[in-house]
Amino acid sequence: MTKTIFQLKDVVKTVNEDTPEELNILDHVNLDIHEGDFITILGSNGAGKSTLFNTIGGNLRPTSGQVIYKDKDITNMSVVKRTSFLSRVFQDPKLGTAPRMTVAENLLLAEKRGSHHHLTPRKLKGEMKRFEQITAKMNNNLDHRLNTATGSLSGGQRQALSFLMATIKKPGILLLDEHTAALDPKTSQNLMDITDETIKEQNLTCLMITHHLEDALKYGNRLLVLHQGKISYDISGEEKAKLTKEELLTFFNDIQ
Amino acid sequence: MSLIISAIGQGLLWAVIGIGLYLTFRILDFPDMTVEGTFPMGAATAVTAIAHGVNPILATILAFLVGCVAGLVTGLLYTKAKIPVLLAGILVMTASYSIDLRIMGKPNQSLLGLPTLLSGKFLQSLPPYFDGVFVGFIVITVVTLILIYFLQTDLGQAFIATGDNENMAESLGINTDNMKIMGVSVSNGLIALGGALVAQNNGYSDVNMGIGIIVVALASIIIGEVIFGDLTMNQRLVAVIVGSILYRLVLLLVLQLGFNANDLNLISSILLAIFMGIPAFESRFHLKHVLKRGIKND
Repeated sequence: MTKTIFQLKDVVKTVNEDTPEELNILDHVNLDIHEGDFITILGSNGAGKSTLFNTIGGNLRPTSGQVIYKDKDITNMSVVKRTSFLSRVFQDPKLGTAPRMTVAENLLLAEKRGSHHHLTPRKLKGEMKRFEQITAKMNNNLDHRLNTATGSLSGGQRQALSFLMATIKKPGILLLDEHTAALDPKTSQNLMDITDETIKEQNLTCLMITHHLEDALKYGNRLLVLHQGKISYDISGEEKAKLTKEELLTFFNDIQ
Repeated sequence: MSLIISAIGQGLLWAVIGIGLYLTFRILDFPDMTVEGTFPMGAATAVTAIAHGVNPILATILAFLVGCVAGLVTGLLYTKAKIPVLLAGILVMTASYSIDLRIMGKPNQSLLGLPTLLSGKFLQSLPPYFDGVFVGFIVITVVTLILIYFLQTDLGQAFIATGDNENMAESLGINTDNMKIMGVSVSNGLIALGGALVAQNNGYSDVNMGIGIIVVALASIIIGEVIFGDLTMNQRLVAVIVGSILYRLVLLLVLQLGFNANDLNLISSILLAIFMGIPAFESRFHLKHVLKRGIKND
């Protein structure tokens, strides 16, 4: 058994507290994430997927319960502090990159994720060769556009860049929030392949929200289904590898 | 001719204000009204300090620092007290009117017979109005070079990223609140520095001299952008300086047409509205092309 790197302990997130609409969007969630886990997460709208990510990322404080990273309680740690070990790719390609800055400038910033920004020269020129090599792996011409403002890239290129930025400095935990959902099928497939490769290569610990049952089955070593704020299904290893789409669909129909 | 030299000198001195506003208006991407308060505050600080026997260089630096503090207050109101930035700026701007009166002890103060940055022996030996050009050129060069250096540092890049995509900046571990506070503070420091320079060039300070400053500063930014179009960040700073000089020349032209100085705020606003509207009309009438030609033929 590999080491537990991240834990949610009895996490509850309540909205509209003390009103008739009171609702636990996360309802006593317990989750142990092991080092090297690649977890795909399914769930209908409102199941609590985004809230789960925002709780892990620090955008939301749980109403009760604990968030633990490497045996340290980080429940009240700010978003900015958490970036020293956590990175994230959002669904909207616009959210992950700075539009008026060039591709290379974005990468340079991403490489300094979570560290202090000093009054020292950024030294961009010396990095260009390396950035070219890194971006060439994305198979989408990004390596020829290092000096282009990201605002004029295509959605696919921007999202590929966002993913690169999230992984250029190895994160302790990587959160992928439907990061291929806004792309056309071919671009989406290309990014998904690169995602899988990168995660394996760097042995990253990753959580990925998706709406594609196929992707959830195909990728990762563990699968979670969220339903009404609870983890209603948690399967991993051999069992997950054997799981079929039909079985998963039957399960979905049962809980609804 | 001497009127043109005077306009260029004023353009260079006022460029400091344009560059200051650029930090908030273009890089951080929000309108900061504090500048209407920090401009006269810088003037009041420098003039009063000089009147009390302080060395003009020190008095000018003091004005910069006082502007930084005023900007700091706006930044804190905006980021920590969560007051909308437009209102936070207006609050500090309004308060600064009273502070200026406290600083000077009266609504205006003359520098007649007192030393200023422009009264050195060397500067006075220059032909008329070249003193303003000389001082303006030195100050704007120093300010621009420092900013260019700053914007290429890790901190500068984090600052740019904050204005460009706050959400991304945060997810990369940049403390965006601190970046905004720093930006508003330095921006207002520069605007107060500009106020100190303009007051010394004019020979007096007046509590009402801040009215319309934001329009003037915006005009230099927008004129530069409309004329030069797409530029890198460093080139943009230079474009602001050129825009500031052009703006002064346009004002000079307008005065030559028979308008008087009381009309200047009206004319400034109209000019700014025209220049800000150009991008919208441009696609329809290819104005940029026409404008570029017009300037080249001058």
